Amino acid sequence: MTRIERRAASAALLAIASAVPLWAADAVAPTDVSYTELGGIAEPLSDTPGDIENGKALMNKGSGNCIACHQVSALSELPFHGEVGPPLDGVAERWDEAQIRGIVANAKKTFPGTIMPAFYHTGPYVRPGDAYTGEAATGDLAPILSAQDVEDLVAFLMTLDTYPE
Amino acid sequence: MSRSFWLGGCAASALIICGPAMLTAQEDPAERSLVINGEIEIVTEADAPAHLENLSTIRSGWTFRSPETQTMQMDDFDNPATLGVEAARAKFSSDLGNGESCASCHEAPEELAGVRAVYPKFDESAGEVQTIEMQINECITDRAGAEAWDYDKTDMINMSALMSFVSRGEAVNVAIDGPAAETWERGKEIYYTRYGLLELSCANCHEDNYDNMIRADHLSQGQVNGFPTYRLKNAKLNSVHGRFKGCVRDTMAETFSPGSPEFVALELYVASRGNGLSVEGPAVRN
Ligand code: HEC
Ligand code: HEC
Repeated sequence: MTRIERRAASAALLAIASAVPLWAADAVAPTDVSYTELGGIAEPLSDTPGDIENGKALMNKGSGNCIACHQVSALSELPFHGEVGPPLDGVAERWDEAQIRGIVANAKKTFPGTIMPAFYHTGPYVRPGDAYTGEAATGDLAPILSAQDVEDLVAFLMTLDTYPE
Repeated sequence: MSRSFWLGGCAASALIICGPAMLTAQEDPAERSLVINGEIEIVTEADAPAHLENLSTIRSGWTFRSPETQTMQMDDFDNPATLGVEAARAKFSSDLGNGESCASCHEAPEELAGVRAVYPKFDESAGEVQTIEMQINECITDRAGAEAWDYDKTDMINMSALMSFVSRGEAVNVAIDGPAAETWERGKEIYYTRYGLLELSCANCHEDNYDNMIRADHLSQGQVNGFPTYRLKNAKLNSVHGRFKGCVRDTMAETFSPGSPEFVALELYVASRGNGLSVEGPAVRN
């Protein structure tokens, strides 16, 4: 490739990158979410109903990794549940759906100063990184979870309505 | 390899019946005591220094490791870091490039016993706080007139391990006042800053949550008295700044570089949180 071709190619790549929206068309943008006074979110963040199975998968791996900090008896087949946050058994008894959605999207609205990360949020952050590379983030930041991920997690958490023995 | 015994054991018993409280004093890692080679007594738990507001007791990372990992550090024949120490011992008296060696100024490494315990420290001539690595490089360049070593590469980490090795058992005692005060304050500010997309500070994990599990990791107080540490996970000696770099990266942040002014300040502050523990490096960790 000549220099000009290379430049054209990278410009094209950039155009593609910026054409891909950071959140789906049917999703409420992270900056447009309206929280209740207590930190809940009354309306779903996307039009597609939450998928319990995908929510369950997100508890374990990928961008959620919620059991890094929380113990969940319903997921006892998975190893290594953390102790940094409270166990989530019976969480749907303690909170309503709107409040759970708010906690998953940005727990700091419900628990000011909490260690729990805000998953549907775009900053401002101190020294935001490019995922786990240690390098600086470039361009606009996407939230850690998508709107649909949040809905899927809420759907799963709403199934945790009992306290196991 | 038995390094995941402790965690594996917890997973198998579904976490609930596997708290340290269930163990007898002899098995409970936090209740064991560390004597190296049957002779060097290590203080692994002490009253927190007066400047520490949020902790009453300080504990070495050793007290959080599995009994197997702990035991590897109790005899130099079992400690894989000994190889690095031996390599540094050879380097100590070998030509740095112009006929000079460390041994031209310091007869033997043992002559430097105790030095590690007060680092990082303010250096009058340099006019700044120096880590032991910076001091080593000052000797190499200014005194021996040779090429500086890479801050976070094998030669330097090994030499830093040798400096810890000859100081083992000495009480960590870094100065935080006088000319070091400004750097210490900067380090403290970094310690409590919530970095990255996860918005986590050092304190969130190592002050608010030590002794808790975060996924498969048993969180320690993040003390630096055991550095450089031989980690079973990457099977090599790791520098203090290498560890800091990884911890900041894991908050989904743009991390700092080994040897950067930020990490020098942070090391001074974190070291001061361990004033009263023994120099323990090179330690074994998972
Ligand atoms: C780094 C730790 C951490 C991670 C990761 C984390 N949480 Fe939390 N979470 C907490 C803490 C701590 C609290 C308690 C709030 C407080 O008092 O600070 C909490 C509270 C909650 C609550 C309210 C529990 C109750 O009964 O009051 C829910 C629901 C919850 N988290 C869900 C999640 C989900 C879902 C994820 C993953 C997408 C997640 N958390 C990831 C630390 C974490
Ligand atoms: C998300 C949690 C988290 C954050 C935030 C974090 N660390 Fe760590 N750190 C760990 C884990 C997990 C380990 C390995 C287990 C242990 O020793 O605690 C560790 C280990 C360490 C160790 C090694 C201790 C030893 O004895 O081997 C040091 C030192 C350390 N951290 C310092 C820091 C500093 C300084 C910061 C802030 C710049 C920081 N950590 C931020 C999770 C974290």
